[in-house]
Amino acid sequence: MAKEIKLACNVIEQVEAICDKYGNQPGELINVLHEAQSLHGYLPEEMQRIIARKLHIPVSKVYGVVTFYSFFTMTPKGKHPISVCLGTACYVRGSEGLLEEIKRVLNIEVGETTPDGKFSLDCLRCVGACGLAPVVTIGDKVYGRLQPKDIKKILDEVAAND
Amino acid sequence: MITLTIDRHVVVVPANTTILEAAKTVSVEIPTLCHIDLEGTCVKSNPASCRLCVVEVEGRGNLMPACATQCRQGMVVHTSSPRVLRARKTVAELILSDHPNDCLTCSKCSDCELQRLVRRLNCRVMPYNDGEHSLRKNEVTDAIVRDMNKCIYCRRCESVCNEVQSVGALGAVGRGFTTTIAPAFGKMLGETNCTYCGQCVAVCPVGALTERDYAEELIRDITSPDKIVIAQTAPAVRYALGEEFGLKPGASVTGKMVTALKDMGFDYVFDTDFGADMTIMEEGAEILDRLKKFLAGDKNVKLPIMTSCCPAWVNFFEHEYPDLREYPSTAKSPAQMFGAVAKTYWADKMGIPRDKLVVVSVMPCLAKKYECSRDEFKVNGNPDVDYSITTRELAALIRRSNINFDSLPDSDYDKPLGESTGAAAIFGTTGGVMEAALRTVYEEYMGKQLPRIEFDQVRGLEGFREATIDLDGFELKVCVVHTLSNARMVMDKLRAGELNYHVVEVMACPGGCIGGAGQPYHHGDSSVLRARQRAAYAEDAGKHLRKSHENPDIQKLYAEFLGKPLGEKAHHLLHTHYFDKTIH
Repeated sequence: MAKEIKLACNVIEQVEAICDKYGNQPGELINVLHEAQSLHGYLPEEMQRIIARKLHIPVSKVYGVVTFYSFFTMTPKGKHPISVCLGTACYVRGSEGLLEEIKRVLNIEVGETTPDGKFSLDCLRCVGACGLAPVVTIGDKVYGRLQPKDIKKILDEVAAND
Repeated sequence: MITLTIDRHVVVVPANTTILEAAKTVSVEIPTLCHIDLEGTCVKSNPASCRLCVVEVEGRGNLMPACATQCRQGMVVHTSSPRVLRARKTVAELILSDHPNDCLTCSKCSDCELQRLVRRLNCRVMPYNDGEHSLRKNEVTDAIVRDMNKCIYCRRCESVCNEVQSVGALGAVGRGFTTTIAPAFGKMLGETNCTYCGQCVAVCPVGALTERDYAEELIRDITSPDKIVIAQTAPAVRYALGEEFGLKPGASVTGKMVTALKDMGFDYVFDTDFGADMTIMEEGAEILDRLKKFLAGDKNVKLPIMTSCCPAWVNFFEHEYPDLREYPSTAKSPAQMFGAVAKTYWADKMGIPRDKLVVVSVMPCLAKKYECSRDEFKVNGNPDVDYSITTRELAALIRRSNINFDSLPDSDYDKPLGESTGAAAIFGTTGGVMEAALRTVYEEYMGKQLPRIEFDQVRGLEGFREATIDLDGFELKVCVVHTLSNARMVMDKLRAGELNYHVVEVMACPGGCIGGAGQPYHHGDSSVLRARQRAAYAEDAGKHLRKSHENPDIQKLYAEFLGKPLGEKAHHLLHTHYFDKTIH
């Protein structure tokens, strides 16, 4: 679990405003969580407690929904979020090997963030660049036709350019 | 009305009746597991998730869950066709596929609804037996033990915690095979707003949620030559304990219970009913005190005054309504009053040093286990009540002590802490504390005898009841609630300044202590609760003395030791204070 970091006042206000926008209706929980996550990147405990209070539902319900849907995350994303495409075209062209190599180099699992906060790792299904398969995205940049041996160099470059 | 056929029976039922309910009317008992409906109370959970109640409906392709399918005109239902029996068995086998196989040593053995079902469905092999998981964190609190590896995801505990109690400490976490029922954020129950009401334990069909067992501590103390061990038994235990020995619900076994406790090795057996009479002396005086101030125009007096006997309710308002914590009476619960007096007045009389005296309470309750551990109920770290065991634990201990309960003769409680009145006898039912208080408050306020002892208006099982009592022109408005969702409704109104009562009684469990989480399992049968309630009122009606202030040993205790109610000594020993325990 992410280490508890106090939310900034303006973030709290923004989350409360999202709840208000949806009329603080318990039935709007998923929409509220969706917007809160796009605002803040992830859904820390404090944010879930604010949402529970505003929507008048137990925090266990909020947490239940957050842990049920893989879209929601309680882990802050890295500065450079990495996504490995496991769609059909990328998969048959060896994206699983890329994923294993990234896990090895960064020493993190899927859904985790490196301790220095630089990289986080996720998987997705198709970025619409099947001609470049296998594909990895880092931030907004798409890297195509990769082989596991390319990974270390790319990650070093991204880290060096910070 | 709707006419349908269930097996060989023609059934006529009102619209909106489920097949499960309709079948019951013609003695067809369809098996259920996730479903629970404690009729007449708000305890209900019907997620229709286990699929053990599936039936075949002619003209419908799929099997239908009887608990969630409404009857239709002309429906033809088969509840035990070969296809149904096959499907049910497969469902049970799949539930068993990841359920631990340790029934012989499980604390729920022989009281487990899954075990009964498996026997009923004649499952003789476990075809899917590779799914067992043992990854869940277990938790042992002062009151509740969670072993989520045994959970079958019926969601009863979640419904009870969220809807019935409105606490929301438990919920489903994760998805698929990793799902577990747990508090949010990987916390332990003890770190949440859990009140230890234990209703999750009361409805758990398997051994996933059980009480913390104090049998070993008790046996250690009873067999220790340096300890004097005394018991106090709560009002609601005596007419539920018999169920554990095959007697009908509501059978009163007070005399046998006292004999059993003495045979087990307790040095003295006393009665929490004595503590209940003491509670009425203190709480009654507090009610009168606040009413007199109110009538004298005091604007700051906190009304309504609320009862404070129920430890789960105390936890609830400390967590959720700490801003209103000056409203509940400061009177300790009967069990804690008893402990405080036993370890001072009685121990001094007997010349027993505090550290040699062990006070054990036998309670229908799990929150009482936690209550014992509260620091404010300790003197130099030594608790007034050392620990609390449930009705169920007492039954188990009686069996372990090789006592044939049925054939025991009756014994009387020891004196002086064993004498009690009818007012104390009804403490264990919703409405009982209110009625007991009203009997004393009326006579003290009016200075004359009650024309009729019974206050029928406050009796019943409805979640919210109210009454107006005429006190010589002054209309005393009272209300009685049970379950914490009803308590929340009352507290929300109080916070909004919309609660117009003078006295409010709150009990956390459905029906009050008669439905307490430490009682023999009711398995969703509300007739059990009703029988216990009738037994409480019958015991009251059969008592010679029925008002707490008429208890001669209580009068003696005040004359010899305590002084007067709300006096300095009484305040020190019999009253408590509450804390802001908001969970941030």
